Amino acid sequence: MAISLCFMLVSYAAGLLFPLCVPARPKVQNLMAHGLAAFGSLGGIGLGIVGLLAPDPLTMSIPSTLPLLTFAVRLDPLSSFFLLTISLIGLAASIYAMGYVTELYGRVSIALLGSLFNGFLLSMTLVTLADNGFFFLIGWELMSLISYFLVVSEHEKADVRYAGLFYLIMTHVGTAFIVLTFLLLFQGSGSFSFDAFRHPDQPLPDGIRTMAFVLALVGFGTKAGIVPLHVWLPYAHPAAPSHISALMSGVMIKTAIYALLRVYFDFFGGQFPWWWGFVVLVIGAVSALLGVMYALMEHDLKSLLAYHSVENIGIILLGIGAGMIFHSYDLDELAALGLIAGLYHTINHAVFKALLFFGAGSLLYATHTRNMEDYGGLLRRMPWTGAFFLIGAVSIAALPPTNGFVSEWLVFQSLFLSYQMPSLLMKLMLPIAAAMLALTGVLALTCFAKAFGISFLALPRTSHAKHAEEVPWTMRIGMGVLSAACIALGLAPMLVVPIMDRVTASMIGTSIADKMLALDGWALAPVNVEFSSLSSPALGLVLAATAALGLALVAFYGGTSPRRHSRTWACGVNLTPRMEYTATGFVQPIKRVFSTIYQPTVKLETEFLEESRYFAKRRRFEFHIEPMFQTYFYDPVIAFMSGLADRMRIVQGGSLHLYLAYMFVTLVMLLLVAL
Amino acid sequence: MITDQPIVQAIALTLAQAAVLICVSPAIVGLINKVKARLQCRQGASIFQPYADLKKLFGKQPVVSTTTSWIFTATPYIVFASTVTAGLLVPVFASQMPLNFAGNIIAFVYLLALGTFFLILAGLDAGSSFGGMGSSREAIVASLTEPAMIMAIFAIALTAGSTNLSTIVHKTALLEGIVTDPSPHLMALAAVFIVALAETGRVPVDNPATHLELTMIHEAMVLEYSGRYLALLEWASAIKLLVFLTLIANVFAPWGIATRLTPVTLSIGLAVYLVKVAGLALLIGTIECMFAKLRLFRVTDLLGVAFILALLGLLFLYMLRG
Repeated sequence: MAISLCFMLVSYAAGLLFPLCVPARPKVQNLMAHGLAAFGSLGGIGLGIVGLLAPDPLTMSIPSTLPLLTFAVRLDPLSSFFLLTISLIGLAASIYAMGYVTELYGRVSIALLGSLFNGFLLSMTLVTLADNGFFFLIGWELMSLISYFLVVSEHEKADVRYAGLFYLIMTHVGTAFIVLTFLLLFQGSGSFSFDAFRHPDQPLPDGIRTMAFVLALVGFGTKAGIVPLHVWLPYAHPAAPSHISALMSGVMIKTAIYALLRVYFDFFGGQFPWWWGFVVLVIGAVSALLGVMYALMEHDLKSLLAYHSVENIGIILLGIGAGMIFHSYDLDELAALGLIAGLYHTINHAVFKALLFFGAGSLLYATHTRNMEDYGGLLRRMPWTGAFFLIGAVSIAALPPTNGFVSEWLVFQSLFLSYQMPSLLMKLMLPIAAAMLALTGVLALTCFAKAFGISFLALPRTSHAKHAEEVPWTMRIGMGVLSAACIALGLAPMLVVPIMDRVTASMIGTSIADKMLALDGWALAPVNVEFSSLSSPALGLVLAATAALGLALVAFYGGTSPRRHSRTWACGVNLTPRMEYTATGFVQPIKRVFSTIYQPTVKLETEFLEESRYFAKRRRFEFHIEPMFQTYFYDPVIAFMSGLADRMRIVQGGSLHLYLAYMFVTLVMLLLVAL
Repeated sequence: MITDQPIVQAIALTLAQAAVLICVSPAIVGLINKVKARLQCRQGASIFQPYADLKKLFGKQPVVSTTTSWIFTATPYIVFASTVTAGLLVPVFASQMPLNFAGNIIAFVYLLALGTFFLILAGLDAGSSFGGMGSSREAIVASLTEPAMIMAIFAIALTAGSTNLSTIVHKTALLEGIVTDPSPHLMALAAVFIVALAETGRVPVDNPATHLELTMIHEAMVLEYSGRYLALLEWASAIKLLVFLTLIANVFAPWGIATRLTPVTLSIGLAVYLVKVAGLALLIGTIECMFAKLRLFRVTDLLGVAFILALLGLLFLYMLRG
C-alpha cells in the first residue's frame, strides 16, 4: 500500500509543482502536467485494487501539531472503490487533456491549468482516503476551491465568472452544513477521528442523529446535485474546460455519494429508521425525473450533460435509498442488492458521463460552439468522435447490452423486490419509484436521440459544422478507453458484481455475491432466482446472431443490387439545413405534454408586409421555460439576503467616531455582562 | 427460472420460436388488412399479400439519400435484431423458453427501446422534415407507453412471483398462484392492450395505412427507406406486432401452451397459439374500422389512462392479498 500511495502522491505533487517551474513553453507544460497526472492516476488505480483485495482495512497515520487533526488515511473497500473510479476517469482525462488543451494555448495559462488539474485529482483522492474529520474537510475544501479555479479558467467571459461565483456560493453553503454534521458527531465522540465517529463514547440521542442525517443530506446533496440543490450544476459544469467538466460531472459529485454512504452506513453503523431511506428514495426519484426533463429542454450540449448528472445521481440514490429502506427492515440481502445497484451505477455513470463530456469537448474543439442547433452532419466529418459519442449515448440511455442498462436493471429489481417488505406504504411507493425510473429512462433515450441526432446526423447547419475536422489522436484515445469500459462493464457484470459485493459486505456485513450470479456467472439473478434474471452477454450474443440473420435474409432474397445514391426528396426544392428538424422542434411535443412542469412562455412577433396582412415580412419566435426552483426558491432567498445586507449598511456609517462609539458601547455591555 | 434443458434441445426450441415469429408475422398483418377490407365491404388482398410485398421489396434496388451516414443503413439490421431478440424472451408455443434466463420484462422493454432509439436516429438522418417529425412524435409516444407497460406487467408478475415472462406464463398455465379475483389482471390487460396499440403504431394512436404528414408517426420515420432496407423494417414492425399479440395472449390466457416438451403438446401449443393471435388480429382489425385516429395530443390522455389502470391493478392486488 505504502508504495502505491507514495507513487500516487509524489506524481500528483510533482504534477502540481513542476509545470509552474518550467519556462513558458505550453507544449512542455502540457505534456509534463498531464503525463504526471496519468502516472498519479495509475498509482491510484493500483492503490484502489490493493485496497479492494486486502482482507482488512489498511491504515496509516501522521500526527500533526494542531489539536484534533491527524493526517490519517484508511483504505477500506468503500474508499478503495471510489478511489478506483476517480483514478480510472483521471487516467482517461489526463490522456484526453493532452490533446484538448492545445486549443487553449495562448488563451489560458497551461502551467496553471495543468497544475490545478493535478491538484484537483489529488484533493478528490484525499477525500476518499481521509480518516479524520478535519483532514476530510481540508481535502473537501481544496476540492471545492480548485474546481472553482478550474471553472473560471476562461475568466475573460462574463458568463463564466457568473457560473464560478454561483458555484462558489453553493458549494460553501454545502460545506457549512457538512461542518455542522461533523460538529454534531463530535458531540458524541469528543474527537474528529473517523474511528471515534464510528464508536462514540456515548451514543447520540435520536434527535441529534436525525439532525445529523438531514444536515449531511443537505451538505453532501449540494455537491451531489440533488433536486432542489442542483441549480449550480448546469452553470458550473459547462463553463469549465471539457476535461474538467468530465471530472466534475463524472467523479467529483460522486465524492458526495461516498461521503453519504460513509456517514449513514459507517458512522451510524446502518442504525436508522425506515423513513431515512424513504427520504433518500424520494429525493432520488424526483432528481432523476426532473433532471432528465430539464435536460430535454437544454440545447447547450454541456448543460444538457450537466442536467443528466442530476438525473443519474437520482438513479444512484434510488438504489441507495432502496438499500437503506431494506436495511432498516432487516432485509439485508435486498439491502445489499440496492447498494450494489447504486454503486454499479456510480462507476457506470462516471465512465459514460466522462465519455460524453469528452465527446462534447471534441465538438467544441472542432466547431468552437456548444449550441447543438449549430451542429449537424458531424458523423461524416468526425467518424471516431461520433462513434464514441454514440456508445456513450446508448449507455446513458440504458439500452442493452451496455453498462447503463445493467445497473439500471439492478435498480429496477431492487425496487420491485419491495413486495417482500412488511409495510404496505413501502410496497406501493417503491413500484411507483420504479415507474418514475421507467419514465426517466425513456426520456433519457429521447434526450440522447436528440443530442446525437441533431448534432451528428443530417446536414451541417452552420459553416463551423461544415468545416469541422476530426480531433487529435490523444483525445480519441481518451474517448476510446472509456468506450471500451462502457462495453466491458456492460458485458461482464459477473466480474464487476463481486467487487461491489466486497464493498457492500464491508458496509452491512452481508455478502450476496453467490446469490447474485447464476449459471456459473453468466446470468445475474438478484437474490431470488425465480423472480428475475438477466444475462447481458447472452443478450449481446443473441443480438449479434439476429443481426446476422437479418443480413442473411437480405442475401438470401437476392438483395445484392448496388445502392443508388440520390438527394433527399424535399417536395421539389433543394434540401437545405433550414428544413431540418431542430432540437427545439424535436422536443416540442414533450414540452407541451409536460407543460405543468415547464410552464413555457412562448412569444411570437410577426411583422407583416404593408400591402397585405397575409404575408409576413419578419417573424420572431421566443420561448422560455420557467426555471421553477430559481424563480420560487433561490430568487426570493437572494432578494431577502441582499435586502438584509442593504439594511445592515446603515450600521456601516463610514465615520470614525461612529465606529469608536460602537467599540465603547460593546465594551460597556461586555463589562455589564461580566459583572 | 432457469431450465436445465440439453443444449441441443434449447437451441432447437429457440430457433423454432424465432422461425414461428418471423414466418407468421406477415400473415398477421395480412389478416388485419383482410378483416378491415371485409368490414369496409371490400374483397381485400389475400392474407398472404405481405409475403409477396416483402419478396418484391427485397429484390428492388434501394435508394439511399446522399445526406445520410452509416446510421441509416445499419438501423434496419439493428431494429430487426432487437425486435427478434425481444420476441425470444416471450414464450410463444412452449412455456419453458431456454432464453428465459437472458432477461425479464425490463430487458424486453429496453430491447424494444433499442430499436426505437435507432429508428428515431434514422428518421433524423435524411434531413427531411417528415423524418424529424416522425422521430419527434415517436419519442413522446414511446416515453408514455413504457412506464405503463412496466407497471402493468409488474402487477401480473407479483401473482406469479417472477418478472421473467416465461416463468409467469408457465406458472399461470399450471394454475399456480392464481388469485380468486381477476380484477387486477383485467386492469393490467386493458393497460397492456392500449400499450400494444401504441407501440405497434395502430389506430387510434397511429395509422399504418396513411402517408399523410399530419397524422403519420412510424411511417414518417421510415419514409426515406426503400428496397431491402424497407423490407427488413416492415418485417421487423410485423414481428413487433406479433410479439405484442403473443405477450397479451400468453400472459393473460396461457392455457393450451405446451408446458412439457412432447411432440403432441408442442403441436397443440402451436395450433392454440395461432388461433389466439388470429383472434387478437381480428379484434385489432375491428378496432381499426370502428375508431378514428386520435389527435397526437389526445394520445397522451389514452396512455395516461393505461398507466393509471396499471397502477390501480397493482393497488387492487395488494388490497386483495391483504
